[in-house]
Amino acid sequence: MLNRSFLQLILVQIRDFYREPAVLFWAFLFPILMAWGLGIAFNKKPEVTKTIALVINEKESTLDFEKLFKNTQYDKKLDSLNDTYYYNITYGNENLGLTHFRLKPVSWQQAELLVKRGSASLILATNEGKLEYHFDKFSAEAQLAYLQLTSLFNGENLYEQQAVIKPMTEKGTRYIDFLIPGLIAMNVMMSTMWGISYTLIEARSKKLLRRMVATPMPRWEYILSHIVTRIVLCFAEASIIFAFAYYYFDIKIEGSIFAFIILFISGIIGFSGLAVLIASRTAKTQIGNGLINLIIMPMMLLSGIYFSYHNFPDTVIPFIQALPLTMLADGIKAIFNESAGFAEVWKYIVILNAFGLITFVIGLKYYKWY
Amino acid sequence: MSTPILEVIEVYKYFKNVKAVDGISFSVNPGEFIALLGPNGAGKTTTVEMIEGIQKQNKGTINISGLNWAANESKLHQIISLSLQETRFIDKLTVNETVQLFASFYKLPRTRVDEVIEIVALQEKKKSYVENLSGGQRQKLALAIALLNKAPLLLLDEPTTGLDPTARREIWNILMSLKKSLNTSIILTTHYMEEAEYLCDRIIIMDKGKILAQGTLEELLSANNSKEIIEFATIDNISEQFFCGDGIYKLIWDENAFTGKLIVKSIIEQLPIFLQKIKENGIKLTKLECRKLTLDDLFISMTGKHLGD
Ligand SMILES: Nc1ncnc2c1ncn2[C@@H]1O[C@H](COP(=O)(O)OP(=O)(O)O)[C@@H](O)[C@H]1O
Ligand SMILES: [Mg+2]
Repeated sequence: MLNRSFLQLILVQIRDFYREPAVLFWAFLFPILMAWGLGIAFNKKPEVTKTIALVINEKESTLDFEKLFKNTQYDKKLDSLNDTYYYNITYGNENLGLTHFRLKPVSWQQAELLVKRGSASLILATNEGKLEYHFDKFSAEAQLAYLQLTSLFNGENLYEQQAVIKPMTEKGTRYIDFLIPGLIAMNVMMSTMWGISYTLIEARSKKLLRRMVATPMPRWEYILSHIVTRIVLCFAEASIIFAFAYYYFDIKIEGSIFAFIILFISGIIGFSGLAVLIASRTAKTQIGNGLINLIIMPMMLLSGIYFSYHNFPDTVIPFIQALPLTMLADGIKAIFNESAGFAEVWKYIVILNAFGLITFVIGLKYYKWY
Repeated sequence: MSTPILEVIEVYKYFKNVKAVDGISFSVNPGEFIALLGPNGAGKTTTVEMIEGIQKQNKGTINISGLNWAANESKLHQIISLSLQETRFIDKLTVNETVQLFASFYKLPRTRVDEVIEIVALQEKKKSYVENLSGGQRQKLALAIALLNKAPLLLLDEPTTGLDPTARREIWNILMSLKKSLNTSIILTTHYMEEAEYLCDRIIIMDKGKILAQGTLEELLSANNSKEIIEFATIDNISEQFFCGDGIYKLIWDENAFTGKLIVKSIIEQLPIFLQKIKENGIKLTKLECRKLTLDDLFISMTGKHLGD
């Protein structure tokens, strides 16, 4: 198999890859930036600030209002930026982190604007000495703010009650532990779908494919060289993401590394088959572009890369779990965070390989060489 | 007579509503250099791609050294080599790497890579990326790849289209020296009559999927040997009947450009009569040119349009 033309074909693709700075950015730097950005954004938050829009009835004075939170400590602070003031109330405890509420006195219109723009999630209004809470009932963040504020005004602290609260900081339970395996899985999909599908379609649109099949080059060699190249490049990409996550976020593979490698290759094979199928007929790169996006976008959103798919209704979860990206991501997560080995992921390995093989065979059967 | 290396017999190729190739037959002898000459859409590319096995004819036979594509695909890949109309290679690969890739398909040694690069005079561009090549250099690269396997039948689809005259001349020189040094049969498609005249032993004129005429340049023109041309332009309109009489075959009058071509038996005899008529009718001439018939004139007289159109 390892004859000269096969090696040449692989070499050509690797050269084509590393000589394109934009490709290098998307393949290596982008996933790292993504992991870094999301990891920072969702991880340690010792202190958060929440703005609350405060609408005070004209008939009442702010002094009446201030009586409402007589039970708590507050400071009246001047916002030097636009010469307005706000009330600052701090809530929470050392162990769980502190929340600073900024209650900003504004008109009703301004309050609505703050909510529309997302800078406040909750409007607090006074009506004849009574408090009214206005917020989107579907927003978990607003609900939390409501609970925290009511307990505050009652002079209690939800976090300082009888119950024992112990924050989980062990590895495998943080958001970043959820995110990194997902990003590694997603990178396999992106790299394979763009790297193989797009290259094949482009070769057809440039008539390069036509030119090559007019030589004694075996056709399977051409397609297979793309898959082998992708395995090499995906390993390089994943190593860099992992190395970053290892040093920066202290991510570790708790389970079987060998199972991970086999699962990873199975993922590449699964998506390679799909990539060949997608590329089998199209001669226009724009159409190829659309097709690839059509396949990867839903999986990016549904497969539990950025947030758990368990938020979706129970009826659709089995369908989500049948997506190749979900299988790969769930498998990698299990190996990374739940110490899983072959016993837990063999099903994914078998299905991904079978999926790759079937799509590959169909793609090859209908492949348009000219 | 030697056996032909290529025989095309009654070949048809139809697309939905286009008769791209409409029953053509011709043959090519070993070592012959043939031009397929015709305007855009004549069916040249379809014809050569059927010979190359890239397209399949609806009807008819194509024999290459007695072989056909259905039964002898791998052998034919060795016998035939080609450059397609507009192949784009991989942008971020160098000239050397691109040729090397194709050489590996034919299992040829590295030395052959250097040889073909030298033949097309791209030594200085060996390490340049394909994306930085000029149009002429790209055509040379395509030609170098076509030369790799020393195939006995070489098909070049419009190798000089879109090139400036200098670049075209360079390609011509390369092809000329190939013709001398190799025993290769070459089929070249073009819509430049000068190219066909300059390079090729035999010319096949195509239009609308049909062969209009074929033969050597002399043969083609000698059928019309006794024809000469008086070409002129005026500022007045002229009626068709204005020039007729003995010794005049035809007036081709362009009523938009006010230019005319008078096809005559003999310039020496007809020119004085022509000038006399111009003078008598007070017509203002802006151009006057007398010459022998060319391929382009021949094409116009057969189809009513220019080759380049
Ligand atoms: N794949 C195709 N589908 C439909 N029509 C085609 C196709 N290829 C060529 N044609 C038509 O066949 C005719 C001959 O085309 P072609 O062989 O490319 O001409 P040439 O190379 O002489 O310019 C043209 O009218 C062209 O539009
Ligand atoms: Mg053409």
